[in-house]
Amino acid sequence: MEKMWMAMAWLVVAGIGALSVATVALHRGEPINALWLVAAAVCCYSIGYRFYSKFLATKVLVLNAQRATPAERLENGRDFVRTNKWVVFGHHFAAIAGPGPLVGPVLAAQFGYLPGTLWILVGAVLGGCVQDFVTLGFSVRRDGKSMTEMAREEIGRVGGLVAYLAVLSILVVLLGVCALIVVNALKDSPWGMFTIAMTIPIALLMGLYLRRLRPGKVLETSLLGFVLVMLAIWGGQWVSQTPGVGHYFTLSASTLALLIMAYGFAASALPVWLLLAPRDYLSTFVKLGTMAMLAIGILALRPTLHMPALTRFIDGTGPVFAGKVFPFAFITIACGAVSGFHALIASGTTPKMIARETEARLIGYGAMLCESMVAVMAMIAACVLQPGVYFAINSPAGIVGAAPEAATAAISSWGFTVTPTDMQGLAQAVGEHTLFNRTGGAPAFAVGMANIFSNALGGRELMAIWYHFAIMFEALFILTVLDAGTRVARFMLQDALGHAWKPLGRTSWYPSILGTSALIVAAWGYFLWQGVKDPLGGINSLWPLFGIANQLLATVALCVATTILVKMGKAMYAWVTLGPLVWLTLVTFTAAYHKVFDPNPRIGFLSHAQQLLAGTATNSTARQVLNDRLDAGVTVVLIALVGVILVESVLEWSRVLSGKKEARVKESPFVATRFAVEEQA
Amino acid sequence: MSSFVGHKQRVGRRQLAFVRRVLGLFRSALREIFDESAYERFLERQRKAPSQAAYAEFLREGQAAQERRARCC
Repeated sequence: MEKMWMAMAWLVVAGIGALSVATVALHRGEPINALWLVAAAVCCYSIGYRFYSKFLATKVLVLNAQRATPAERLENGRDFVRTNKWVVFGHHFAAIAGPGPLVGPVLAAQFGYLPGTLWILVGAVLGGCVQDFVTLGFSVRRDGKSMTEMAREEIGRVGGLVAYLAVLSILVVLLGVCALIVVNALKDSPWGMFTIAMTIPIALLMGLYLRRLRPGKVLETSLLGFVLVMLAIWGGQWVSQTPGVGHYFTLSASTLALLIMAYGFAASALPVWLLLAPRDYLSTFVKLGTMAMLAIGILALRPTLHMPALTRFIDGTGPVFAGKVFPFAFITIACGAVSGFHALIASGTTPKMIARETEARLIGYGAMLCESMVAVMAMIAACVLQPGVYFAINSPAGIVGAAPEAATAAISSWGFTVTPTDMQGLAQAVGEHTLFNRTGGAPAFAVGMANIFSNALGGRELMAIWYHFAIMFEALFILTVLDAGTRVARFMLQDALGHAWKPLGRTSWYPSILGTSALIVAAWGYFLWQGVKDPLGGINSLWPLFGIANQLLATVALCVATTILVKMGKAMYAWVTLGPLVWLTLVTFTAAYHKVFDPNPRIGFLSHAQQLLAGTATNSTARQVLNDRLDAGVTVVLIALVGVILVESVLEWSRVLSGKKEARVKESPFVATRFAVEEQA
Repeated sequence: MSSFVGHKQRVGRRQLAFVRRVLGLFRSALREIFDESAYERFLERQRKAPSQAAYAEFLREGQAAQERRARCC
């Protein structure tokens, strides 16, 4: 009887989900309420979690609650610690949730809310969550080994080496793009700049407070840091309105880029407790709180989406970035649906904390569903804006012109009415001089978020505070990704160089620390500088490059997972990873082909270089041509690296399936858990 | 009547216990995310009392792991 009621309940959920998805997909003309997107997401995620993840856990991975996890077998009180599943869930979610699911959907909103939303739902349930879950499950079965180690063991040495190179290159591209988003959000914004600048002394103060005054009281210190940051936001208003002071915080994009590079270098080379760790704590504190607030704000306000379901820009002529809805919507959304980067975290700290195997389902699959929900909220924040306002903020000067009249005329000619007065009023409301040409996604998201927050709390008077709170929130945790990423990339480089000359691999040897930090910062700094100097705003060329890189990393993770499934004798279920793998290969390789060879100079790097060479030469022509060729080269190298892994994987599958090679996985031997299953249930 | 009141009290107690459990888990998650639990485990393992010196040692011990802790995009 109970089973029947449960079945009925799930049928109701499926019915509401189908109705919501149909409304989102088929409704045209009148604007729809954002709650349809929320309902569609909640129902799809519930069904995906209840049925698909259970299928993956029981039939594919065959998770066994009786099997001792690395946290039990290798418990050392440091990395390997048996931890409550909800605690690990929070820990894992805090590590995987970054700026990607916020920025990607905002940029993809240029196609309308429909393509991005559908991909977020489908991509997460069938792709991203599966990737995170199986990577976590396989890592738990292998003593918490990293993805590159698993690639080396299961695909071969070439696979391991290529996975290493792919991860390092992708990190560099990712860091360059992250830095560019911060630059675009803070340029010529004394209020935002002051607030973010203040987070550095606040973090240093937190570090000293934590080490000297209240050792170990991190929550208390983070709360104190949060209060100080809120004071900095409040003080930023005074700074922006006081010309003598505001002048020092009104910085050009080039100056900001140099400062961010200096910051990245310092954060990589300074002791971890002084700057990196307190900023990480502060950023996590603000991130978790703000995401919860945004969810509550959307539910309380139930805003209307002003963006149409589909815009004319699905044809590839979009001002935010060029390229058709296929494949560019899919690589632009990136982390909200599938993020290759998650595979690094799912095979990093998390597998060493899981108390029993079966909990990998909640943590791997469930946390990614939450991240995907964040992406849906970002899509809502972008689409509650009037489309004219959205395009005025996100379109680069190179496309719509730098003058307000020219920009609004161009945007209105596309059918999205906006006037200079509208934009001036909005800029004043959020405490900025202008909101035109603020590419990168972060300012548009901040305006959307401020709109939701101010309507829920404080009215228009507080809009400026909310806008700068949102900018601070985004910049803070993008900078956290930047400093943590620079350090991780520096370690990877040191590990590799240590094979050539041992002292270079010593992480305590300062000449090596400084040299490798400088190399990594120079590598991502080059991409940042290129973006800053790009008349099209940089995002047009760099975000797709980041998207391709991120999705290629997911391709690597799915190759490893499929290989393990084949070797486990589970080839009949290999479609669970093979399906997303084929799709991502199709998407990334097509996008890469367009980015390199497309004859449209707004899309193809090489045709853009050709166009520059054919035109009148200026001082910057040679540099721009070099940048285009470099971007094309990086794209080709990334594709080639992943192509090698794909070929190696397919060869390994065929060897195993044809019986030429014994199907043997490199799992840790089975050890029965000492803990009763009931105790953990 | 008294059995009705008793039932209501039992339900209330159960709900309170549930809320306490959820809040406790939330606090544990925050303490784990913010490394407070890791510090406590360190003190227990090393049989030390909380102090500046102990915390400095804990930071030194955990530095390698913290430095390599990636944050996703």
